[in-house]
Amino acid sequence: MSTTSKNGFDPAPSDTEGLAAAGSQLSTAPQEELSAPPALGVIGWARWFWRQLTSMRVALLLLLLLSLGAIPGSLIPQTGSDETKVELFRRDHSTLAPIYDKLGLFHVYSSVWFSAIYILLFVSLIGCIVPRTWQFVGQLRGRPPGAPRRLTRLPAHTTWRTEAEPEQVREAALALLKKRRFRAHIAGDAVAAEKGYLRELGNLVFHISLIVMLVAFAAGQLFKSEGDKLIVEGDGFSNTLTQYDDFKSGSLFSTDDMEPFSFKLDDFKGTYEVTGPNRGTPRTYEAHLTYSVGAYGKDRKTTVKVNEPLEVGDSKVYLVSHGYAPVVTVRDGKGNVVMKDAVPLLPQDGNVTSSGAIKVMDGYHDAKGMKDQLGFQAVFIPTFAGEGKGSMLSQFPSLLNPRLALNAYHGDLGVNAGIPQSVYQLDTKHLKQFKNAKGDPLAERLKVGETMRLPNGAGSITFDGVKEWAGFQVTRQPASGWALGGAIAAIFGLAASLFIQRRRVWVRAVKGDDGVTVVEMAGLGRSESAKVPEELGQLAGTLYDQAPGAPEPDSAADPSEVSVPEGAEKQ
Amino acid sequence: MTLAAATNEHLANISNVLIYSAMAVYTLAFFAYIAEWLFGSRSKVARTAAALTATPQTAQAPAVTVNKAGGTAVLERPKVTVRSASGSRDVPDGPGAHGGDEQGDLYGRIAVSLTVLAFLVEFGGVLTRALSVQRAPWGNMYEFNITFSTVAVGVYLGLLALKKNVRWLGLFLVTTVLLDLGLAVTVLYTASDQLVPALHSYWLYIHVSTAIFCGATFYVGAVSTIMYLFKDSYESKLASGGKPGTFARSVLERMPSSASLDKFSYRINAAVFPLWTFTIIAGAIWAGDAWGRYWGWDPKETWSFITWVAYAGYLHARATAGWKGRKAAYLALIAFACWLFNYYGVNLFVSGKHSYAGV
Ligand code: HEM
Repeated sequence: MSTTSKNGFDPAPSDTEGLAAAGSQLSTAPQEELSAPPALGVIGWARWFWRQLTSMRVALLLLLLLSLGAIPGSLIPQTGSDETKVELFRRDHSTLAPIYDKLGLFHVYSSVWFSAIYILLFVSLIGCIVPRTWQFVGQLRGRPPGAPRRLTRLPAHTTWRTEAEPEQVREAALALLKKRRFRAHIAGDAVAAEKGYLRELGNLVFHISLIVMLVAFAAGQLFKSEGDKLIVEGDGFSNTLTQYDDFKSGSLFSTDDMEPFSFKLDDFKGTYEVTGPNRGTPRTYEAHLTYSVGAYGKDRKTTVKVNEPLEVGDSKVYLVSHGYAPVVTVRDGKGNVVMKDAVPLLPQDGNVTSSGAIKVMDGYHDAKGMKDQLGFQAVFIPTFAGEGKGSMLSQFPSLLNPRLALNAYHGDLGVNAGIPQSVYQLDTKHLKQFKNAKGDPLAERLKVGETMRLPNGAGSITFDGVKEWAGFQVTRQPASGWALGGAIAAIFGLAASLFIQRRRVWVRAVKGDDGVTVVEMAGLGRSESAKVPEELGQLAGTLYDQAPGAPEPDSAADPSEVSVPEGAEKQ
Repeated sequence: MTLAAATNEHLANISNVLIYSAMAVYTLAFFAYIAEWLFGSRSKVARTAAALTATPQTAQAPAVTVNKAGGTAVLERPKVTVRSASGSRDVPDGPGAHGGDEQGDLYGRIAVSLTVLAFLVEFGGVLTRALSVQRAPWGNMYEFNITFSTVAVGVYLGLLALKKNVRWLGLFLVTTVLLDLGLAVTVLYTASDQLVPALHSYWLYIHVSTAIFCGATFYVGAVSTIMYLFKDSYESKLASGGKPGTFARSVLERMPSSASLDKFSYRINAAVFPLWTFTIIAGAIWAGDAWGRYWGWDPKETWSFITWVAYAGYLHARATAGWKGRKAAYLALIAFACWLFNYYGVNLFVSGKHSYAGV
């Protein structure tokens, strides 16, 4: 039996209570309670509901629901990332698609049910953090709980007898523990000490950072803007809404948020693998720009690469695509130039086989002097396989042997009908195809410098050369700094929470019946860990030097005597 | 246009030879581990049953005896007595695969030595691959696979070097490493090559290297979680007076106790979780640079998130009454399954911006 009981303290029932108190508040985790729903009115129910929502059990359930709910969005095409795929899916699955639509499965991450899960989770989280923070502050203000009656019942303990006086031992223990940065105080016949509060702090910081990250992400989504602009070498762009080809923004975005800047694409460079099985795979893409910030900003030069955007304020200019823009000159029957321009075409495959349309809307008069419009379907390939090796498919992505193939039409381009029309497609509904002398549709494949004549003096089109174009995406996602800050705090909080042990140590020193001082030390961690006994051993060793052992009397108790194991939480 | 010269065919060939050699040595190690298990089965240990049926007598051995310099004190130093937590069975760890059999132990040591050798050879293979392309060796799934298994074996050897009780893992690990390499050299092989521009970023190095390390370590955690489940049902069967089959008895008797396995897998998973968090964040930063948004619910991002939440659920479960033990272990396995799907499933079956599998 241990010394305490010899001293006449009564052991049994209050024993476990003392242990519970010793281990209490080692964390701020909410008490597990599985209370039955109350019978009492609305407030009782509300309170019960709140307690359920903020319990660990429900938090766990919501976490699992969240990961389950995220799955469909990764398997079903999402409007947020790929609109065309969603359209394809709709076309192919005429029965499933309406059901998916009802369930919001084409935009899972903004659907009502997904939002419900994470909002509940975050309500639960806040409901959990607030009382925990409060409790933690209370723990910091208070003192570690006093020693339980029987230190031998704790998961790690040690004892020895010494000639030193109890007060001396306690003072030495207090000094030692304080030196080891424990919070320690003397309570009754024992020193009580605790260390590792940073674990709790880390845990709170982590959970709070999660909220910061969520709010930052939400703000980013609401205020974001994203615009696309295709620019041919030599052309410029200034950051206003009307200049974009395509513009999307969050629901709280306002045009006042747009940073005033402009830039010009001086040159685009792409290099490609020339040999091996991955021949044609892009190696580098670089866009050389001249840009200026503000209305009267100074011109500066910069290079934008795939991973290296140009940053202006909150806006970032990314290089996202590139392609070729053949330069053509169109003349009317009298030889007047009615159009001279670089026409961007859209890449269709990895070797930049490109297609698009050349439209002459104004200024053209046919052989009879009548106002008309011209349209050309264009296919461009930067590297032609060679005559007789036929197909109009490019063999390599860079300009080794360019060809421009054209089909010519005239008539009504339909651009004035008010229906939005793609600049890359020719609506041939009201167009007539030119025929050659044999009566076949007029189609020619041109080298640089060659000209295709339209029949009966209707004019001509000359393929002058090729420019490259680059596609830019200008994005603005505010609060991303907050998201990053939250993420960094979350990692540090998490590390503290998982790697730091919160533990208590008690040192009791009392005079035994024979007048010799008995020292008892015990340690308790929130989880069972090898570190607690190890540390206790070191502490005991140091203290032992200051209160060296006294010879054991014959009747000495065996300290490692054991009863039913109990104590710390299993880990 | 001179970029292609950067892939060095000669080094790439050396790398291939080294990878095949590593597979050969792993195969030898595999047989040595088998021999260890076979010889170990001769010993008829039955500590678990003995420990469970005997009324608990002594507490676990004193964990630490403090001995400070000087040594003049004649008196015994204070010894720290440790007792186990409530509810846990007081079962000692098994002796390991060799079951205390001397010959078994010898084969076990040979197996570990061969594993070290194979690891070095495989490491050489990965290194020469990296040198042949002048970049980090994880541009496609073949490279990812060989790096992944190297790191997993490295983690195992590291734990051994730290004197952790993990030698029993050897057979399971080497078996899967052989499968992983077999898959790599047959199905996933891609000739040595440069990266597409979107993969050029130092965040790639950070993001992918930590992802590989996390996966390899999570894998070690998952194996011991599975073993925990087996050992736990074995122990509870014995405790309730049941009679497990001979095979189960022979194998599981030699494993660490369920409490040790549980604790080990928790430690592994908990230690890797912050790093996994960091991996996802590094990925988000990279995505912010490459695609103009740091988070866009791309399938790969989504599955990293799912994996992360599943592991967070596992950590929560361990702090929730009624979820400790087996239920939490199932969650850990589900979380690892998510990780695996994120790697194989998403790369092969789902198309997204991360489709750089190269197969
Ligand atoms: C947004 C979702 C959440 C995530 C990702 C998350 C994540 C985590 C993680 C990873 C830990 C492990 C740290 C440790 O073991 O000490 C943890 C611990 C903890 N979480 Fe959460 N958590 C979330 C929501 C919640 C909610 C809603 C509650 C409130 C009921 C909560 C209460 C706790 C508590 C009390 C601990 C400490 C448990 C302990 O002391 O071992 N968490 N959380």
